[in-house]
Amino acid sequence: MALRQCAIYGKGGIGKSTTTQNLVSALAELGNSVMIVGCDPKADSTRLILHAKAQTTIMSLAAEAGSVEDLELEDVLKAGYRGIKCVESGGPEPGVGCAGRGVITAINFLEEEGAYDDELDFVFYDVLGDVVCGGFAMPIRENKAQEIYIVCSGEMMAMYAANNIAKGIVKYANSGSVRLAGLICNSRETAREDELISALAAKIGTTMIHFVPRDNVVQRAEIRRMTVIEYEPGHKQAQEYRDLAIKIRDNKNFVIPTPITMDELEELMMEFGIIDQEDESIIGVTAAAEATA
Amino acid sequence: MAALTKEETEALIQEVLEVYPEQARKDRAKHLAVNDQSLEKSNKCITSNRKSQPGVMTIRGCAYAGSKGVVWGPIKDMIHISHGPVGCGQYSRAGRRNYYVGTTGINTFGTMNFTSDFQEKDIVFGGDKKLAKIMNEIEELFPLNKGISIQSECPIGLIGDDIEAVAKKANKEIGKPVVPVRCEGFRGVSQSLGHHIANDAIRDWVLENRDGDESFATTPYDVAVIGDYNIGGDAWASRTLLEEMGLRVVAQWSGDGTIAEMEKTPKVKLNLIHCYRSMNYIARHMEEKYKIPWIEYNFFGPTKIAESLRKIAALFDETIQAGAEKVIAKYQAEYDAVIAKYKPRLQGKRVMLYVGGLRPRHVIGAYEDLGMEVVGTGYEFGHNDDYDRTIKEMGNATLIYDDVTGYEFEEFVKRVQPDLIGSGIKEKYIFQKMGIPFRQMHSWDYSGPYHGYDGFAIFARDMDMTLNNPCWKQVKVPWKTAESSDVAVAASA
Repeated sequence: MALRQCAIYGKGGIGKSTTTQNLVSALAELGNSVMIVGCDPKADSTRLILHAKAQTTIMSLAAEAGSVEDLELEDVLKAGYRGIKCVESGGPEPGVGCAGRGVITAINFLEEEGAYDDELDFVFYDVLGDVVCGGFAMPIRENKAQEIYIVCSGEMMAMYAANNIAKGIVKYANSGSVRLAGLICNSRETAREDELISALAAKIGTTMIHFVPRDNVVQRAEIRRMTVIEYEPGHKQAQEYRDLAIKIRDNKNFVIPTPITMDELEELMMEFGIIDQEDESIIGVTAAAEATA
Repeated sequence: MAALTKEETEALIQEVLEVYPEQARKDRAKHLAVNDQSLEKSNKCITSNRKSQPGVMTIRGCAYAGSKGVVWGPIKDMIHISHGPVGCGQYSRAGRRNYYVGTTGINTFGTMNFTSDFQEKDIVFGGDKKLAKIMNEIEELFPLNKGISIQSECPIGLIGDDIEAVAKKANKEIGKPVVPVRCEGFRGVSQSLGHHIANDAIRDWVLENRDGDESFATTPYDVAVIGDYNIGGDAWASRTLLEEMGLRVVAQWSGDGTIAEMEKTPKVKLNLIHCYRSMNYIARHMEEKYKIPWIEYNFFGPTKIAESLRKIAALFDETIQAGAEKVIAKYQAEYDAVIAKYKPRLQGKRVMLYVGGLRPRHVIGAYEDLGMEVVGTGYEFGHNDDYDRTIKEMGNATLIYDDVTGYEFEEFVKRVQPDLIGSGIKEKYIFQKMGIPFRQMHSWDYSGPYHGYDGFAIFARDMDMTLNNPCWKQVKVPWKTAESSDVAVAASA
């Protein structure tokens, strides 16, 4: 099987890293050889696989050694649960330096050092919430991830983010082979969430590939720095991640997305009661003014 | 060749513009003009200080070049860190020939390159810590430095390093001025913004250092020379004239200059501005804050020197005015002899210039003293106040070109057929291959000084040895007779 490279995007805090690690564990369970590339300075994309607090990153090792050229692949690549290969690009503390450049440097290093070997079935890039600059689009440039999954929920901001990411994908899809492969709904238990995300997916030209329900077992596993798949393989939530893994494994629905306008998006949310019909009389009116009115 | 008429010059500009695509033609048309001395304001005829068009081979530099290369670099007792990757500092090192007195590496550092040599990790994690470390190392290795400036290269502005905070901390630790300069190369349209940023950094981090300190004993004759970079010793040849007329030069900005001189400048009575473009900002600031008047002067060629000495003296008492006359009289025999020797060899020769700063207008008088005529001039990075000052210096119907493109300059030269071109190193070999004598007028072609009476003698000699060099007679190709080889004939005539 040819190597498939997938990138996971989505609003910050939506559960990209947790979902990715559970999904990857399920793929490994199915007998696939998988690598996770964490593309976030926080370096929390591999901790559930490695049972570690935070993996030592490519950039921090490079800084220690002097330059990235001084590193060997085995310095940065660690194997965890079921042999899943883990690597974190790393980057600066918030407020200094250039995290985007860190992602670019790290991915270039992995390519040059042959991290993408023939044995691999899947590579997953777990990318920082907002594609704030070119560096965070690195995983979807030429010859890298060709499938993009957006993690979202029925909350307003998560849907805004999903639509914005779809806009970003269009830019790279038109010049390369990157495609949107589906929305993963990581439930926040909002009203009619599955229908809403399915409707949003349809509007931007894709599908909701799976609806992952909310379950406390995910947090219980996380406290133990484990995925649900490893912590409690018999739990029904583990089965959800297995279902997601199988759907992704069998997915053939790769599209150039058709992001919608803000108006269309707001209309959709109104339809599902996420936001109210806009009442122009209340715009710019403070609470105090409303009380005296 | 006879001078072009106004109509011919206008037609030439139109012809040259003809090859451009419409958008470029519209833009470039605003930067080319026929001089008209009757105009009061240059904005009637020319646009300047605009972004260059892509693909035109502009000769401009960047903001870092303006700050590190021009304004700050010559301050000899400070260490100027080129903050960022190694190239900016290394490829600009010591290229401008700002002469200075001192022992390099001990108490002066002008020709050395100090750089933070950014690597990937510095981009990703930020360079503030490295910068702080470099400054400690500088203190240890070069303890006689009198201060440090941080010259930002492009990445510093992109990754958001807080060099101001690092500078403040280092200033406290080492007890010397540490000046952060935000002269990232991508800012502005040319090196001109770099000059302005550098001036602002002096204003914010240096000039106030001795406010309220009256320990410096002043005299009524204290002046500062602003905007002389001592290229090939220019400032020395200028300073001596000012001192001989009775003035006391407290500070030289910035050629052979020191941080202490800069700090003392707010105590002077008058600021003398040579390069208006690169340092008018700080002169205006001192006028506003310290009530120090400023005047522009021109020390190229005896006519302008005498004019300038008298103009400066008029702002002082009779002693100085008498001093100015004495200086002019003292050197008269010397410069008369220079003119007597070279004028017959240079009389009637026509010059085209394309340089930066003050030269496109300031050297005109020196050529005229030798009987030569400047028939085309332009600024790399001038603003309209520069062109305002140029209109009266140039003859009617001469060519004025702003941020000239490689193509335009070559076409103008082909038609105007000057006897000499004065421009930069990138233009030099093109025109020499066309068989036209050329002087590199940024760094005086490894010669100088050109300022003052001493400089005029060298200027005249250099122009003569270039223009009348027998090599130009040899550039004719053997299969062309003297009659048909028009360029070579024009050049060697």
